[in-house]
Amino acid sequence: MEKPIALACRGITKTFGRVVANRNCDLTVYKGEILAILGENGSGKTTLMNMVAGIYFPDAGQIFVNGEEAVIASPKDAFAYKIGMIHQHFKLVDVFTACENIALGVEDEGRFRLSDVRKKVIEITQRYGFIIDPDKRVADMSVSEKQTVEILKVLYRGADILILDEPTAVLTPQETEKLFAVLRRMREDGKSIIIITHKMHEVLSISDRVAVLRRGENAGTVNTADTNAADLTEMMMGQKVELNIERSEPKNPTERLKVSNLSAVNEEGRPVLTDISFTAYSGEILGIAGIAGSGQRELLEAIAGLQSVQEGSIEYQDPKTGKLEDLRDKNPIQIRDLGVRLSFVPEDRLGMGLVGNMDIVDNMMLRSYQKGQGFFLHRKEPRDLAQTIIEDLQVVTPGASTPVRQLSGGNVQKVLVGREIAAAPTVLMAAYPVRGLDVNASYTIYNLLNRQKENGVAVIFVGEDLDVLMELCDRILVVNAGRVTGTVDGRTAKKDEIGLLMTKSHENVAGEGEQ
Amino acid sequence: MLAFLVSAIRLGMTFLLGSTGETITEKSGHLNLGIPGVMCVGAACGCYAEYMYFKAVGAAISPVLAVIIPLIASLLGGGLMGLLFSFLTVTLRANQNVTGLAITTLGVGMSEYIIDEASTIFTKGSKYFTAHLPFADDLGWFGELFLSYGVFVYLALIIAIVTTYVLNKTRVGLHLRAVGENPATADAAGINVSLYRYGATCIGCGIAGLGGLSFIMDYLNGNWEYCVDAIGWLAIALVIFTVWKPNLAIFGSIIFGALYIASSYITGVSFAGKELFKMLPYIVTILVLVVTSMRSKKNQPPQALGLPYFREER
Repeated sequence: MEKPIALACRGITKTFGRVVANRNCDLTVYKGEILAILGENGSGKTTLMNMVAGIYFPDAGQIFVNGEEAVIASPKDAFAYKIGMIHQHFKLVDVFTACENIALGVEDEGRFRLSDVRKKVIEITQRYGFIIDPDKRVADMSVSEKQTVEILKVLYRGADILILDEPTAVLTPQETEKLFAVLRRMREDGKSIIIITHKMHEVLSISDRVAVLRRGENAGTVNTADTNAADLTEMMMGQKVELNIERSEPKNPTERLKVSNLSAVNEEGRPVLTDISFTAYSGEILGIAGIAGSGQRELLEAIAGLQSVQEGSIEYQDPKTGKLEDLRDKNPIQIRDLGVRLSFVPEDRLGMGLVGNMDIVDNMMLRSYQKGQGFFLHRKEPRDLAQTIIEDLQVVTPGASTPVRQLSGGNVQKVLVGREIAAAPTVLMAAYPVRGLDVNASYTIYNLLNRQKENGVAVIFVGEDLDVLMELCDRILVVNAGRVTGTVDGRTAKKDEIGLLMTKSHENVAGEGEQ
Repeated sequence: MLAFLVSAIRLGMTFLLGSTGETITEKSGHLNLGIPGVMCVGAACGCYAEYMYFKAVGAAISPVLAVIIPLIASLLGGGLMGLLFSFLTVTLRANQNVTGLAITTLGVGMSEYIIDEASTIFTKGSKYFTAHLPFADDLGWFGELFLSYGVFVYLALIIAIVTTYVLNKTRVGLHLRAVGENPATADAAGINVSLYRYGATCIGCGIAGLGGLSFIMDYLNGNWEYCVDAIGWLAIALVIFTVWKPNLAIFGSIIFGALYIASSYITGVSFAGKELFKMLPYIVTILVLVVTSMRSKKNQPPQALGLPYFREER
C-alpha cells in the first residue's frame, strides 16, 4: 500500500543570473515520512526548498500539494498550504518570550489573548515532547531552544509539511538526538518532514528515504534501508570517491607546546578552563573532543593570547633555537610571530578571521600589513599569495578581487585556512574548520592539515565529528566543562570510550587523580 | 508646595504627550529626532485653528468646539509631520537621524511662519482648555491636586494608559514591537513593516503635536512663546528616562516637570544657578541611560531603533 503523496515537485527550474540552481528537478514526499535531502554545497537543496516555502518563485515547473497544483508566491501562501520551513538562520525577536514569538503574525479570529496562545503552545509541546518554557525570553535561550521555538512557530500555524534546513549544524549530539525523537513523533502523527543535511550518519539514522541532489538535479531517491554511506556519496559526487584520510606515523616528534595547570575564567567570573595540562608534539595532530562549549574555544584563545589566564603556564619550544618561551608573557602579535597560528573558525566564519567586504587579496594583507614599510600598501605579494591559495586549494571564485562575503562557506574556509598555513606556522590550531562544509571540501581541509603535520607542524584540531577525529588525529584530548577528562590514542580508541569521557563529571576525574 | 506640585503636573503632562508620541514612534524602530519640530507645528496649527475659529464665529463661541477644533488641527499638523518623516525615511530611504534633525529645523521655522505674532485670542482660547470641574475648588487640597486641571492633563493620562495597554496586550501592539525589534522577522511573519512604521510614526507625531498645543494653551495660559522645541527635546529625554514605557512616563513626566520649574520656586538662586537647574532633567536622563545599559538586559531600546529596513538587503 502506497502512502498518499503530500508534496510533489515536477520539473522545477530556477536560475539566478547565469547560475542554474535547479534544473528540471523532481521531488516527491509522502505523508508520514521523513525525507532527507542530501547534496554538496551549491547542489540546489536549499533553493529547491525555498521555492516550496515561498521565498523564491520557480522559473519553470509545478508544485503539487496533496495532489493539487499549488502556486506559492510568498511565505504566507506556503502557510495556507500548511507548509512551514525552519531556516538555518533563526527569525526570532530576542526580547520577546517564546509565546510572543509564536503568536507573531498569526491573524486568529477573536480577541488576542496571550494566555490562549500559551495554552495552545503547551498543548503542542506535550503532544510532541518538546521541552521548552513558553515564557522564557529568546535572548536567554540556547541555540537548541531557539530552534524549538522556530519549530513550534511552524506547528502553531498548523503546518503538515515541515522543512528543516540543516537543523543539526548548531546542535550537540545530545540535542540532535532529542530533535530526532521529536521528528519521529511528528512522523507518527502523519506529518511529512523534509530535512536538509550534510551529515551522512544522520541521514541514515533519521530518514525513511533519501533524495540526492547533484548540480541542481535529482540524482535519485532511494529507501534509506536499502543504501549505505558509500553508495550515497557516490550518488552525490557522480563518481566513486575514496573517503580515506591518510594518517602517517608522526616523524620524530618533539615537544612543541606544553600547557600545564592552565585555569581561566570568563567575563562573568565563572571558570571556563580548570587545571588543564597537555603537551602538543611536532609532526602530530592532537585532536580535542568535547561537547560544544566545554572550553575548546577558550583553550585555543588562551594559547593565542586572546583569553586572559589566571593560573598555569604555556611553554613553547622554539624549533630553531630550542629556547623555551612562556606564551603567557606575550601579546597576540608576538605569539603569532613565534609561529603559533590560530586558524580559528568559530560559529561565525567571517567574524574572527576574515573581513567579508574585503577581497581575498586584502584579507591576505590583514596578516602581513605590519611587516610592510613605507606609507603605501604593496599589493603584489598578497596578490601572489591569494592566487596561489586559489589554485592550490581550488577555491571557486570569479577572481582574487571578489569580496570574500560572496564566496560560499567552504571556499571562505579554504581562504582562511590557506592564509594561516601560508605563514609557515609551527603550531597550527583549527577549531571546527569543516563545520557546514560538504564532504569534498571537508576532505580538502583534512588533507591540508595532514600535509602540515608531515611538515613537522604541531597541529591542534578541535572537531565535533568523532569519526573524523578518530581517523585524523594521532592523539585525542577529551574535555568536559573546562577540564581534561582523558587522553586517548586516535588509532586504538573506541567511540563509546570517548563518548563516556565527554560526559564524565569532574568529581570522577578528581577521584581518579587521587588514586 | 501644593502650587509647585500642581504646576509640575501641568508641565509634566505636556512632556508626557510628547514622550508617549515618541515612544509609539520608536517602538516601530523609528528614531524621530524631529519631535521638537513636530511639537512646534502641533502647537502652531492648534493655535492658528483657534484663531480662525474665533474670527469666524465672532462672539458666539461654543466651548466644546473651541477645544475640539484646535485639538484636531494640532493632531493633524503633527500627524502630517510624521507622514513627511516616514515618507523620507521609509519610502525615500533617507537616514533617520538626519531627517529627524531636519524635521526639527523645519518645524520650528514653520511654527514661526504660521504664528507671526502672538494674539490675545490665544489667551481667550486658553480659558476653555484650562477650565476645570466647578466643584474642584470646594474640595480643598484634594481638589486642587487631582481635579483642578484642564482637559489636556486628563487627555495625556488617558493616552499614556491606553498606549501601554495597546503595546502590551493587543495583537497590534505585539506586531508593532516586533517591527521595532526585528523587522526582518516581522516581515517573514507576514507583517507589513512599512505600514506599521508609517502608522506608528503618524499617530505618535499627532500625539506629540498635542503636547505642543498643551504647552501653549495649558501651561502658558495661551501666551505664545517660541520655545516649544525645548519641551520637545525634554520629551525625547523622557522616553529614555522611562525606558520606553508610557506608564512609567506618567511619573517620569511629573519629575521632569518638577525639575524644570524647581528653579523658580527656590529663592536665593542666581540666574546662572537657575539655568543650571534646568539642565537637571538631561543629567538625570544620562545617568539613567548609563545605569540601564550597564545593568539591565530588559530595559533596552528597541533593537532595530534607528535602523532602516529594506527587504532586498536581507
